[in-house]
Amino acid sequence: MLEVHNLRKVYGDFVAVDDVSLTLPEGGSLAVVGESGSGKTTTARMIAGLEAPSGGHFAVGGEPRRPGRVGGAERRTRARQIQMVFQDPYSSLDRRQRVRDAVAEAVRLHRPGNGAAVDDRVAELLGLVGVDERQARSLPKGLSGGQRQRVAIARALAAEPRVLILDEAVAALDVSIQAQILNLLAQVRESTGTALLFITHDLAAVPHISDEVLVMRTGRVVEQGPVGRVLGAPRDAYTRRLIESIPKPGWKPRRRPRPDAD
Amino acid sequence: MSMKHSTPPLLDIDALRIDLPVGGAPRTAVHRADVRIAEGEAVALVGESGSGKSLTARAVLRLLPEGARTHGGLRFAGESVPDMSRARLREFRAGDVAMVFQDPRAHINPARGVGDFLIEGLTTARGVAVAEARTKVAGILREVGIGDAERRMRQRPWELSGGLLQRVMIAAALAAEPRLLLADEPTTALDVTTQEEVMAIISEAREARGLAMLFITHDLELAAAVCDRVAVMYAGSTVEDLPAAALHDDAAHPYTRALLASRPSVGDTRGGLRAITGRPLSGFEAPSGCAFAARCPRARELCDDEPPRSRPAGAGSAACHFPHTRAPEEAGSHA
Repeated sequence: MLEVHNLRKVYGDFVAVDDVSLTLPEGGSLAVVGESGSGKTTTARMIAGLEAPSGGHFAVGGEPRRPGRVGGAERRTRARQIQMVFQDPYSSLDRRQRVRDAVAEAVRLHRPGNGAAVDDRVAELLGLVGVDERQARSLPKGLSGGQRQRVAIARALAAEPRVLILDEAVAALDVSIQAQILNLLAQVRESTGTALLFITHDLAAVPHISDEVLVMRTGRVVEQGPVGRVLGAPRDAYTRRLIESIPKPGWKPRRRPRPDAD
Repeated sequence: MSMKHSTPPLLDIDALRIDLPVGGAPRTAVHRADVRIAEGEAVALVGESGSGKSLTARAVLRLLPEGARTHGGLRFAGESVPDMSRARLREFRAGDVAMVFQDPRAHINPARGVGDFLIEGLTTARGVAVAEARTKVAGILREVGIGDAERRMRQRPWELSGGLLQRVMIAAALAAEPRLLLADEPTTALDVTTQEEVMAIISEAREARGLAMLFITHDLELAAAVCDRVAVMYAGSTVEDLPAAALHDDAAHPYTRALLASRPSVGDTRGGLRAITGRPLSGFEAPSGCAFAARCPRARELCDDEPPRSRPAGAGSAACHFPHTRAPEEAGSHA
């Protein structure tokens, strides 16, 4: 579904992303894990078309993405391929637009039709993400962070994308709400076949959402493979370090020497 | 209310209520916070947004927003904090208690050098000579893992990474030689590997000094790892208080248990997380009965009608009408 080869991004003489290759199969789920400065978000933004790569290339659904500006029709085609949900749903929603209208707008853009068909599709999307009638009539400010993130997911799904990129999409949410959204995403993937590219700093969330994982550090991929193998038997020292620093029963924080210290 | 108290606890938050002015009228944000910390002990105050954990911590230093009012007991080594005079309060903040915040950049003057910031408390509040203060502070910086202390002290805050700056804040807190450290989500904005280092540094420094800590966090696992006891807040009230070591096996409040179950962990085999339905309520929204009832799988009619009072449950205490208690021998499972 998504094939990325040797992607690279350079700002001046700073290399933000260096030689990143990845594959996301049809309906698959790949997690990209890293700390700040790892290049995970820049990688996601290049794939979403929000940032121009300095090198490398990628293909969506077998079709190579050509760099440069594109027209409206091509933009809509691309939107149907890849949609992105961000960490802060508040900033990605129009604060004067009611939730139902925000979703309807996205539906009309991608599936022009009569009023009834649009209404049905909006109801279907809001039902899928668990937003009720009262919430649908609210403005974004009347919703909690978790509800707003549900709306952002519904809007992204309106385009019927083949790939949904989630950039730290649960990072700002309360623990009890994070679990709801992770479960929702797993359910969306199952019922719609949308492939997920899950960008996160939180390794612990990965087994609940992805089959494959890729670990990045300072712009490079240090390890990738099936989630069970990478988390169960990490081969790279940095992956091990990441796993060891997650609090769990019996864990005590320790000062550790950094693997290949920077 | 403890039976034999030779010395009062270092910090005693006793049925603390906090009202904040909302649109001109007072509204209750914290209904009832109960936390006790003995000399040298570390207690975590854990909760989601709106639970009132940070307000409770701020109340200890009387750092609440303008117009806020507190009721109930708030005592430091037996002395009432709300009754402190201005002069005593200054002394209290400069020497007895030190605070470390989530966002160090909001609490340090970006225009001044790191060294000036670090020695400020010693030279102004204690009258220590500048040279002596710098030597002392450099020693503490090395203790918190900043080797090139002299160079760092000449730098400006913006020249340091988030993790390094948080260590500077910890050094500043330690320089005051407090008896209690208030740490409000000190690692939430940091990467997980940096979080581990910063927490290790805090734990080592506490141990070396016999320093007590009130640790505010949303992360139950982290709380249990670095504290002796864990107090859980929900919708403005402490709902459970138990030894950290008992958290996983003996948590009695359904909220504590649900929070543990909803947290993803690397060791999990694949499958859905046990999410808590609904969303966390803030203190402002707390109903007259149990605030967790609407989300609680164990709730019955009584829970909506009557607020549960805290009472002994498991290894600690819980404010719940139907707490989980471990059956003798934990024989079989029952609904």
